[in-house]
Amino acid sequence: MLRCGYALFWLLESVLLICVVSSVKGEAVVTREGSNITGIPIISFKWHHVETPYLVAFWVLVSFLGKLVIEANHHVTSVIPESALLICFGFILGGMIWAADKVQTFRLTPTVFFFYLLPQVILDAGYHMPNKLFFTNLGGILVHAVIGTCWNAASLGLSLWGCQMGGAMGDLDIGLLQYLLFGSLMAAVDPVAVIAVFEQVHVNDVLFIMVFGESLLNDGVTVVLFNVFDAFVSLGGPKIDAAEIIKGIVSFFVVAFGGSLVGLVFGLLISLLTRCTKNIQIIEPGFIFVLGYLSYLTAEMLSLSAILSIVFCGMCCQKYINANMDENSVQTVRYAMKAFANGSETIIFVFLGISAIDKVIWVWNTGFILLTLLFVLVYRFIGVFFLTWILNRYRLVPLEFVDQVIMSYGGLRGAVAYGLAVMLDENKIKEKNLMVCTTLIVVYFTVILQGITMKPLVMWLKVKRAAVTEVSLLEKLTNKMFNHTLVAIEDISGQIGHNYMRSKWKYFEENWMSWILMKPSARKKQDQVFDVFHQLNLKDAMEYVTEGERRGSLEFVRNENSIIDFKKKSESESFDINNANMSNDHGAIRDPIPSVSLEMHEQIMKAVREAEAINAHHLLDQHLYKSRKQHRHRFSRSHFDINRDEKEVQEIFQRTMRNRMKSFTSAKMGVKPPKTIVKHTQKEQQQKPMKILSRSFLGSEGDSASGYDQSYMRATYRAGAGIENPAFMPDLDPMDLLQIPPWLGESELDSSMVALSHRAQVDLPRTPSNLRRLAPLRISTRSTASFTLENIPDTQHACVFPQNCN
Amino acid sequence: MVSPVCSKQIGVLHKRFKQLSHNEETLRRDHFNEIDDLAFNPIRAQIIEAFFDRRNFHQNGEGKVQEIGFEEFVVVMSHFRPPSAHMTEEQRGKTRREKLRFLFNMHDTDNDGIITLEEYRHVVEELLSRSGTLEKETAKCIADAAMLEVASISVGHMEPDEFYEGITFEHFLKLLERFEIESRMIIRFLNMDTTTLCK
Repeated sequence: MLRCGYALFWLLESVLLICVVSSVKGEAVVTREGSNITGIPIISFKWHHVETPYLVAFWVLVSFLGKLVIEANHHVTSVIPESALLICFGFILGGMIWAADKVQTFRLTPTVFFFYLLPQVILDAGYHMPNKLFFTNLGGILVHAVIGTCWNAASLGLSLWGCQMGGAMGDLDIGLLQYLLFGSLMAAVDPVAVIAVFEQVHVNDVLFIMVFGESLLNDGVTVVLFNVFDAFVSLGGPKIDAAEIIKGIVSFFVVAFGGSLVGLVFGLLISLLTRCTKNIQIIEPGFIFVLGYLSYLTAEMLSLSAILSIVFCGMCCQKYINANMDENSVQTVRYAMKAFANGSETIIFVFLGISAIDKVIWVWNTGFILLTLLFVLVYRFIGVFFLTWILNRYRLVPLEFVDQVIMSYGGLRGAVAYGLAVMLDENKIKEKNLMVCTTLIVVYFTVILQGITMKPLVMWLKVKRAAVTEVSLLEKLTNKMFNHTLVAIEDISGQIGHNYMRSKWKYFEENWMSWILMKPSARKKQDQVFDVFHQLNLKDAMEYVTEGERRGSLEFVRNENSIIDFKKKSESESFDINNANMSNDHGAIRDPIPSVSLEMHEQIMKAVREAEAINAHHLLDQHLYKSRKQHRHRFSRSHFDINRDEKEVQEIFQRTMRNRMKSFTSAKMGVKPPKTIVKHTQKEQQQKPMKILSRSFLGSEGDSASGYDQSYMRATYRAGAGIENPAFMPDLDPMDLLQIPPWLGESELDSSMVALSHRAQVDLPRTPSNLRRLAPLRISTRSTASFTLENIPDTQHACVFPQNCN
Repeated sequence: MVSPVCSKQIGVLHKRFKQLSHNEETLRRDHFNEIDDLAFNPIRAQIIEAFFDRRNFHQNGEGKVQEIGFEEFVVVMSHFRPPSAHMTEEQRGKTRREKLRFLFNMHDTDNDGIITLEEYRHVVEELLSRSGTLEKETAKCIADAAMLEVASISVGHMEPDEFYEGITFEHFLKLLERFEIESRMIIRFLNMDTTTLCK
C-alpha cells in the first residue's frame, strides 16, 4: 500500500513537471503551427486548446492522489489530521512548481475558492446537520457566532493597533481602520477546518454542534464586518459618523436574515420539486445540488450572506427530500454530496499549502505575526469563557469547563480567512502582503498544530465523547412518551415552556408543512419509532435471506417441480394430521416422534447427496440471480432498475418460505400448512393460545452457536424471554429452526404441551438438508413487509404468561 | 426526598389549582379532562392517572384515589422540578430514581413492580396509535420487539427454566441510564431560572 503510494508520488511529480514545462513550451508550438503549414499534420499538440479544463482536472487528480498517498497509512492519520498532511503535501507540490517555474503559477484564488470549492462543503454541512440538536442549542450558538466574532474582531484589531502604537512592530504604518478590517477577517472560525479536525476526534454532540454551528453562522457577521470595514477604509476616517455606524448595524440584520431567508426559500423550493419528480427519478438528486448552488449564488448576488443561505437551504430541505425521494436517490444524494464535499476540502487544503510557496507575497514582520497569533488564541479563550459563563445561567444543562476549553481551542481559522485576505485591495491597504502572510501562518498554526494536539488534549481532559451505541427501541419509545408527558405537565400547570413551543411547532409542521411539501405516501411513514422498527425489520429480512443462502438451503434454485410435489404431499398429509389431532391431543403429540426419526433418516440420506450438489446449486444460484439481472438491465438512460423491483426479491423470498413451509409440513409434524399464502388477518384473539416452555431447547442452542453471535443472542431471547410472540421469529438462522420442535408450530394445541427434552434436540441431526424441513415457524413480526406478513399462518400464538393463557 | 418547591412557585401552582378545580378544594379527573390542550395528547389517560396514583405521593401508599388536594398536586408536580445547582452525586442519583420511578409508575398500572408485556403493549398502543400514523397491530409488534430487546439486554443468556416476566424497576433504571432524565424531566415554572429563586 505504501509502496503503491510512493510509486504514484513519483509518477505524479513527473507528470507535473511535464505539464509545467509543456505549458511553457506550448506557446512555441502554437506559433510554429500558425505561421507555416507546409503539409497536413498527422497529429498536433494542441495545448492551448485544452489548457484550462486540463489544468483543472489535473489539479483535482493531483489532490486526490495526494489524499490517496496520505490515507495509505492509518497510523499517521490517527496522529496527524488529514488536513495538516494535505497542507504539507501542498507545500511539497508548491516547492516543485516553484523549482520548475521560478514563479508560482498556481494558487488558491478567491474566485475559485468562494465559487467553486466552498459551496459544496457548506451544502454538505447543512444537509447533514442534526436539526434538533442545532435548534436546541441555537441560543448559545448565536451568542457565540455574533457576539463572539465581534469581540474577536474588535479585540484583535484594537490590540494590534495598540501594539503598533507602542512600537512593538517596527515601523509599520497601518491605520486603525485597517487593523479592524484585518481583525474582522481573522476573527471567523472556519467551518472547513472545524469539520476537518473535529471529525477525527468525536467529541460529544453538544460541544460539536456549538463549535460547528458557530463556525457556520458567523459568516453572517464576517461578511458584514468585512464589507463595513472595507467601506470604511475606502471612505477614510473622517467620513465615518453615527449614520454610517447605524447603517453598518442594520446591514448586519439584513445580511444575516436575508441570507437565511433566501436559503429557506430555496429549501422549500427543493422540497416542493421533489414531490413531483417521481417520473425522473434518475436525475432527482441533481436538483438539490443545482438549487443549493443557486441559493448560494443568489445570496452572493444580493450581497447577503451566501454561507447562511446555503446552510439553511440544506437544513430546511433535508427532511422532506429524504421522505419524498426514492431510497436510491436519497443514497445518491448522500454519497455524491459527501464525495463533493470531501473532494473540495482536499483541494482547498492542498492549495492552501501550494499558495504559501510564493516568494512574492512573503513579508516577514516578527512582531506583527507573533502578536497576531498570540492575540487570536488569547482572545478566543477569553471570549468563549466569558460568553459561556453568561449562557450557563440560562441553560438547563450547563457547559462544563472542559467543554469550554475545547471550544476555545477549537476556534480554528481556515481558508475563508485566507480567501478574504487575498481579496483585500492592494491600493487601499499597502501592507496587504503582510496580512496575507500572517493569515497563512495563523491558518497553518491552527490547522496543523492545533489539529495535531486536539486529539491528545481531548483525551487528556477526558472530554465526554460521542455516544456510538445505537438507541434501543425502548429508549426511543420512552423518549416519545417522555416528551408527551412533559407537554402534558406544561399544559396542566398552565405554563408556556419550551415543550409547549416545540409541540406547537411540531403540530404546525406535521399538519401544514408536511402536507404541502411531502408526498402523501411519505407522510405516513414519518414516525421515528416506526422508522427504527422498520429498520429492524429490514435488517431481519435481509439477514434471513443471506443466511439462508449461505447455509446452502437453495431449494428455490432447484427445479420448480419440487414445489408442486411438496404441496401435494403436504395437503394429503395434513388431513390425517388434523384428524389425529382432534381425536387425541396427547396421542397426536407423541405419535409424530417416531415419524420424526423416520423422516430424519430419510433426510440424512438425502443430505449426503445434497451436500455434493450444494456447490452446483451455489453456481446455479448465481446464475439465477444473474439472469434476472440481465433481464432487467435495459440499455436506457432513464431506467436503471436492476433488482430494484421489490417484487422480485419478494418473489424469491416467498418461494423460499413457501418451500420451507411445505417441506416442513411434509414431515408429518402435525401441523396444518397454509395451503395458500394468506394475508395475516387479525384473528389472533380467536385462536387458542399455546404455551411454549421453549427454554429447554435453548440449552442446545448454546452449542450450536453459529459463529454468528447476533443470532445467538436473538435466539436466546426469542424463547427465553418469556415474551414469546407467536408471530415472531427473531433470528432466522436455520440452525435454530432445528431446535424448534416442529409440532409446536402453527396449530391449535392445548396449553399443556410438553416441550422437547434436551436429548431429543441435541440429537437432531444438523445437516443442511434438515433446513428444508424446518420451516420458519414464525416469521418475525418485526418485519412488516407485506410478503412476510403474507406467510404468517394465522394460527400462531404463544402464551408464556400463565395468567394470560386462557 | 425530592426537594420542596419554593414559595413563589407554590403561589403560581396554587393559582392554577384553583383555576382548574373551579375554586373547589379538590381536583377530580373530570377537571383534568377540561384542559383543552391536553386533549391532543396521546397519553393523556396515563398522565391524568399519574396524578391520582398514590405511589406518586411519596407516602409509600398504593392504589388510586378519586380526588386530590393541593398538597398532592404539588407533590406530583415537584417530580418535574429542576435540580438545584449544588447537588451532590448522591442527591442527583436520588432525583434520578424518583423521576424514573414516576415514569415507571406510568407504565406499571397494576402496581406489581413489574412492567409486563401486556402493560407495555397497552402503553405503546396508546402512545403510537392515537397519533394516527400507525395501526394498532404495528404498535403491538413494536411493543413486543422492544420487550424482546429489553430481555436480551437485561438478562442475556437465560437458563432453560427461567422466565422473563417483565421489566423491573432496576432494569428500567439500567436501560435508561443514558437518558439523562434528571436534566430533561424538568418544567420551568414561571419560565425563569428556578435556581435563582430558591436555594
